[in-house]
Amino acid sequence: MFEQLRDRLGDTLTRLRGRGRLTEENIAEGLREVRMALLEADVALPVAKSFIEHVRERAVGQEVLHSLNPAQAVIKIVNDELIALMGEHNDALNLAARPPVVILMAGLQGSGKTTSVAKLARFLREREKKQVLVVSADIYRPAAIEQLARLAHDIGVDFFPSTVEQKPLEIAQAAIDEARRRALDVVIIDTAGRLHIDDEMMAEIKALHGAVDPVETLFVVDSMTGQDAVNTAQAFNAALPITGVILTKTDGDARGGAALSVRHVTGKPIKFLGIGEKTDALEPFFPDRVASRILGMGDVVSLVEEVERASDKEKTERLAAKLKKGKGFDLEDFRDQLAQIERMGGLSGLMDKLPGMGGMPAMQDQTAARETGKLIAIINSMTPRERRYPDMIRASRKRRIAAGSGTRVQDVNRLLKQFAQMQKMMKRMGKGGMAKMARSLQGKLPGMPF
Amino acid sequence: MALLRKKSQTIDNKKPGLFTRLRERLSKSRSALADGLSGVFQAGRKIDATLVEELEELLLMADAGIEATERILADLRKQSDIKGATDASGLYDPLKQAMLDIIAPRAQPLQIPEHPARPFVILTVGVNGVGKTTTIGKLAHQLTQQGHSVMIAAGDTFRAAAIEQLQHWGERVGVRVVAQQHGADAAAVAHDAIQAASAQNCDVVIVDSAGRQHTHHDLMEELKKIKRVIGKLDETAPHEVLMVLDAGTGQNALSQLRHFNEAVGVTGLTLTKLDGTAKGGILFAIAMTTEIPIRFIGVGEGVEDLRRFDAAEFVDAIVG
Repeated sequence: MFEQLRDRLGDTLTRLRGRGRLTEENIAEGLREVRMALLEADVALPVAKSFIEHVRERAVGQEVLHSLNPAQAVIKIVNDELIALMGEHNDALNLAARPPVVILMAGLQGSGKTTSVAKLARFLREREKKQVLVVSADIYRPAAIEQLARLAHDIGVDFFPSTVEQKPLEIAQAAIDEARRRALDVVIIDTAGRLHIDDEMMAEIKALHGAVDPVETLFVVDSMTGQDAVNTAQAFNAALPITGVILTKTDGDARGGAALSVRHVTGKPIKFLGIGEKTDALEPFFPDRVASRILGMGDVVSLVEEVERASDKEKTERLAAKLKKGKGFDLEDFRDQLAQIERMGGLSGLMDKLPGMGGMPAMQDQTAARETGKLIAIINSMTPRERRYPDMIRASRKRRIAAGSGTRVQDVNRLLKQFAQMQKMMKRMGKGGMAKMARSLQGKLPGMPF
Repeated sequence: MALLRKKSQTIDNKKPGLFTRLRERLSKSRSALADGLSGVFQAGRKIDATLVEELEELLLMADAGIEATERILADLRKQSDIKGATDASGLYDPLKQAMLDIIAPRAQPLQIPEHPARPFVILTVGVNGVGKTTTIGKLAHQLTQQGHSVMIAAGDTFRAAAIEQLQHWGERVGVRVVAQQHGADAAAVAHDAIQAASAQNCDVVIVDSAGRQHTHHDLMEELKKIKRVIGKLDETAPHEVLMVLDAGTGQNALSQLRHFNEAVGVTGLTLTKLDGTAKGGILFAIAMTTEIPIRFIGVGEGVEDLRRFDAAEFVDAIVG
């Protein structure tokens, strides 16, 4: 998401370099570009306009600080405003209410409600240690109930059975009763996708909401949505007291302007991002991180957190200590990292978060989970000495390693090359920390003027 | 083409409610563009820079994209210069014409031979949640009504209960669904279905595929494989690679189309969910960048709610 916006902004704003003070004139052109970029990113026009106005008001007349050039100053304002627009911090789900906590899902057809129910159930079970019951009140779409039943089974959370002969209201109430009887923590109610202009269906979900009185009512919206996001969000928000938004399918290349639009018209926080097809691909939404991703500052904070969660902390700390002491990063460390990456769902998700690595297609291509497994197999076929001193791996050793790991010599070569790149990166990280690495990387990558 | 038209006309005659229903569906929600235009193109209003800017904004808000919007505005300017229009209310027709000029060449209906020697294979593709399965159900119904014998291959073996969803549709419209278990190889399902269809002299096979993000390399490779395997049975197949697109999609649709086209060569488009407030202005952006024909529009969840794409009707619906 958002990479192109960043590039576009970059081009225009570099031209502002070397001017001492931001004036109405010298930022006008930049802001026009910002407007176009926002529209191309599917930010709804009224939202884009009000956003630009805010930036203009704040920018005009501002002194450009010593440490920044004018372009950076504008970027900073745009960044601050983006964060302000998306909400300052992450709003977690309200789970403190008296159990069972009821969560109601709502949204258009195909926005990803059922998948999100499963992801959310898994998230609550694994991270919040909650006992979750899921139920489908979608009596319209063929096999919708079946779909949730399967997903619930796969992730191992309780599923409350329902049939298309029942009324959505009956289904929801029976599920809540069941949860109460069994003293479960959370009930997530999936509902049929509906058009916001379908009065009958909107009346149905209003009645459902009134009867079950959910603690959280989550509006599920597709990140690929265009300008119409404003209309649907407005209508759903008017019909239901929405408490938060789940933005789905953010693993594609949509620029995600819908996020800004929905947030702006509803005033409700985006609480989660759907980031992939699997049931663990759900991430809490942090506005500041997404804003800096837009502007190419990377997403170091969430990367660090994810590494901590998915991996053993001890190994990470040992590596950090080793790097600090200036000791080398060897193939053993590389293997540890690959194993962690595998647990985190592949390299491409990770690369996106590293500063300046947003758009590295060559590396992303080699990132499929399969590929990671292969790399680990290759390293496993090396002797400990080879892992510590990869330079000693010449032709005959390569042949042996390839044979041992069921790969080809080309694969071994590629691994060694990747490792060399990684080692270089790690050296920099050891010397100057993340920030310095980010700067040096960005300077080298095309299309990134800062 | 004439044959197809005649056929669908006979259906229309049998069911006079169909066109009314379509109109009703499409007009249930007035498009935002239509609403905005009634403000901009007011009788007595002068044509000036402010008006052009307002129009530009309306087009952008309809997802038409920057390129198509600029082209429409340029055409409009030329037209109103030639005709010497001074009153804004006179701009309706030139606007419609400018939009038609972009989109009309893309309105090419899907033509299926009456009784093909080998099954006519339609492979449906698209990102998640655009309405592929529902479109297949409706398309199977429409083709059956036109006298074709149809079979469906349940090629979405990834999403939970996608197979069951399609089987429900199969029962509803009386079409056989060839399926294997969840997690099976989608290419194998397509292969089996086409073989079964050949054996039974079936005219059309519609192959479903799992929704996928166009940026996922592996998933796109899998799709290529499905196409390759289909081609092994009949080198002219698939005869149609139908990409399904949600009318609410923004500029990302261009990227979706580019990626799917590069991977499997899209030969036709279907725009779904036009019964909402989104009116699919993205088609203008698409028509500016590719020549891929637009085949169908989806206007609801009922079996009858799939219609042949008609450019004039589409422009009327969006402009109001």
